Amino acid sequence: MSQAVSFSGWQRADGRKGIRNVIVVAYLVECAHHVTRKIVNHVNDMDVHLIGFPGCYPNQYAYDMMRAVCTHPNVGGALLVSLGCESMNREKLLSDILASGRPAELLVIQEEGGTKSTIELGIAAVKRLQSEAAAVARVPMQLNELIVGTICGGSDGTSGISANPAVGRCFDALVAADAICIFEETGELIGCETIMADRAVTPELGAEIEACVAKAEHYYRVMGFGSFAPGNADGGLTTLEEKSMGAYSKSGSSPISGLIKPGDIPPAGGLYLLDVVPDGEPRFGFPNISDNAEIIELIACGSHVILFTTGRGSVVGSAISPVIKICANPETYRRLAGDMDVNAGRILEGEATLDQVGEEILQNVIAVAAGKRSVSEELGHQEFILTYKAFEPIGPSCLPVRQIQ
Amino acid sequence: MTQSTDSNAPQKTAIAPVILLHPDDNILVCVKQFHPGDEITIDGETLLSDIDIAVGHKIARINLRPGDKVYRYGAPIGSMTQAVAKGEHVHMHNMKSDYIPSHTRSRQHKDRSDA
Repeated sequence: MSQAVSFSGWQRADGRKGIRNVIVVAYLVECAHHVTRKIVNHVNDMDVHLIGFPGCYPNQYAYDMMRAVCTHPNVGGALLVSLGCESMNREKLLSDILASGRPAELLVIQEEGGTKSTIELGIAAVKRLQSEAAAVARVPMQLNELIVGTICGGSDGTSGISANPAVGRCFDALVAADAICIFEETGELIGCETIMADRAVTPELGAEIEACVAKAEHYYRVMGFGSFAPGNADGGLTTLEEKSMGAYSKSGSSPISGLIKPGDIPPAGGLYLLDVVPDGEPRFGFPNISDNAEIIELIACGSHVILFTTGRGSVVGSAISPVIKICANPETYRRLAGDMDVNAGRILEGEATLDQVGEEILQNVIAVAAGKRSVSEELGHQEFILTYKAFEPIGPSCLPVRQIQ
Repeated sequence: MTQSTDSNAPQKTAIAPVILLHPDDNILVCVKQFHPGDEITIDGETLLSDIDIAVGHKIARINLRPGDKVYRYGAPIGSMTQAVAKGEHVHMHNMKSDYIPSHTRSRQHKDRSDA
C-alpha cells in the first residue's frame, strides 16, 4: 500500500473533496416527507437522495446534523422542502449551505400552492441543481484526503473473528497512509474501555474514552436494554461485552488519536472514536435506534465511505456516502451473496487469511472512492434516519492532535 | 451413532469445526454447523457432540462452574450461571453479562406479560 494511490474527486469550496456528487432533497418535517419523496421518485436518479428530519420541535443536534450532511463533500447541491410551520430554521440552513459554495434552493409548501405545485417546482429545482453541480471541477484525490467510517450491524458470533478484524487490518493500512478512520459506538464498546484507553495518544484522552463508555453504560441501563438485538443471540452472541469485544476489533491496532461527536470533522489523519451516546440525563430514547442512525452520524463527521460488517446479514446502504458490505458468516454469505461486497466468511472456511481479506476491503475502498458503485449503492439503498438527541461540545482533551499542531 | 472407523462415513472436512481464539480462553467458537453424533476435538481429546450447534456459537473448552468468568479473545465476556461440562453449549441458558442483561424476543415478550 502506498500513498501514491490517486483517484479523482469533486473539489469543494471549503477545501474538502468528495467521491460522489449527490443532490440531496431534504424534508424539514415529516409533514413535507411525501412531497419530497415524490420529487425524488420522479427524478429517479441514483445520485439524487431523499433525506430529512421528521420532528416539528426544535433540536440543535438535528440542525447541526442537517447542516453537516447537506455540506458533506459528497454533496453537490441541496433542495430543502419545508411545510412552513415547523421549527427547523430553514432560512439559516439554506444560507449555511449557500455559504459552503453549493447551490441550494428552498420550497415552502404552504407558500407554493400545496402538494402538486411544490412537486412540480421541486422537480425543476433538482434539474437546475444537477446542472450546477455538474460544473464542479474534478481534481486528483489521495488516500490521505479520505475519511472512512466503520459500523457493524446484525452481528453474530462470527463477526468478531472474520469481518471485524479484517476491517481492522484495512484500517491499519489506511491510517498508515494518513487517512482518517472513524469507529463507533461507545454503547457497543462496553467492556473494552480500559483496553481502548491504553491505546489513546495521551492519558487525558484515555480518561475521556473511559468516561464516555461509562456514560454509555449509564444511558443503556436507564433504557433497560443494552445495544443487543435478539438476532445477536440467535447468532451465538450471549452478552453485550462479548459483542463489544468483537465490534472493537474493527478499530485495528493503530493508536487512538481522538474522541469526536456527531458532526465533528477529525482534524488530521489517524484513528478516531465517535461517541454517539447523548450527553446529560437520558431524554429522547435509544441512542442508536437502528444502524442507519449511526451511519449518518459517521457521514456527518465527513466519512466518504462506510465499511459495514454483518454476520446475520444486513442489506442496508445509505444516502450520501456509499456503504461497502463485508459479510462475516460464510452461511449468511451464501444466502445473501447479492447484497455483499466482500465475503470474509472465507476466513472461517480456511480459504483466505485475515490479511488477504483486509487487503480486499482496502481495494474495495479505493475502487468505490474512484467511482465504482458498491453493491448496496447499485441496488439503490439510500436509507437515512435522523431523530432527536442532545450533545455537549467535546472537551479540550478529546483532540490532542489539534493541540500539537 | 456413526462409528469413527466406519469406512462409509462421510469424509471429514479438513477444517476444524471449532476454533480457539486465544490461549487463555475457556470457550471455543464453532465455525461449522455440527450435529448430535459429530466428533469435536478439544485440546487433543475427541468428544461426541450430543447437540446441534450453529456457526458462531460457543462450547466449553473445560468444565465450568457457576460464577466462573467466561473468556473469549482472552477477555472476560460474562459469567456462568450454571455448571457445564467440557464440549457443552455455552449461551444464554447458562451464562450472563457482567454489565447489562441481554434481551431476546421471548424474554422481551415474557417481561411484557409479567408487567
